[in-house]
Amino acid sequence: MSANQIMFLLFAVAIVTFSILTVTSRKILRAAVYLLFVLVSTSGLYFMLNYQFLAGVQLTLYAGGIVVLIIFSILLTSHINQKFELTGWRKSLLSAIASAAGAILAITSILDFRFGATREAAMEVNMHSIGRNLLSLDYNGYILPFEVISILLIAAMVAAIVIAKKGGPVKQESQNLNQQ
Amino acid sequence: MNSGIPLQFFLILATIMFFVGVYGFLTRRNLITMLMSVELILNSVNINFMAFNRYLFPHKMEGMFFSLFIIAVAASEAAVAIAIIINIYRRFTTINVEDVNEMKY
Repeated sequence: MSANQIMFLLFAVAIVTFSILTVTSRKILRAAVYLLFVLVSTSGLYFMLNYQFLAGVQLTLYAGGIVVLIIFSILLTSHINQKFELTGWRKSLLSAIASAAGAILAITSILDFRFGATREAAMEVNMHSIGRNLLSLDYNGYILPFEVISILLIAAMVAAIVIAKKGGPVKQESQNLNQQ
Repeated sequence: MNSGIPLQFFLILATIMFFVGVYGFLTRRNLITMLMSVELILNSVNINFMAFNRYLFPHKMEGMFFSLFIIAVAASEAAVAIAIIINIYRRFTTINVEDVNEMKY
């Protein structure tokens, strides 16, 4: 077993374990920390595939940005020591059957399919080629999705500010409705 | 570089991660944990894109760019979703989806 196989095995075990813990943990803050571990192991996989730029983006944006955002919203909306009640066994059993059936279907079709690799020379992925391709109009250029993503980011920022500002004080009737 | 690891290993890992995310989305009843399940699902799709790009089309960069765009969409989605969640919490003082059953009134 070579070194990179051992590394892949470590990352795979970490990803599977921590993603299962993320969706089953009964404490919400722990679930967020397990999600952080999953995202960091995923960026390790990107390093193994030799995409250093994407691994850096994954670390800073996902593991840095989104997880911190989620933890902040957890601190704003829940009590730290609050434990979720257990999901009913019927619901968890049915969901497990549905996901296991989907996973088995996908895995059997992956194992059946013959993937044919191309024989063309591999392209070197460095900052120069990434920047050039992202902003070029040529055959391998991605300027249009780049512009669309920038508009989407502006719209999302404005929407987040407007939505978060809009809420008035808590209405008494809605509280009463909740307590019933 | 990644000799000895077939493409199928990456795909199977991503499949398991995807369906763990689906399981979480079906069983969880808290909005933030549902959001975390969605992040798991998006992340597994990213692994698929990168593995396909590296193994099958190493002379192109489509998979890489589309994972970049997926990461951007996931970031904006998380920002808007958390704004909505905080707004819901202010109005209903809970973020359990079963207790939030009214729209604007």
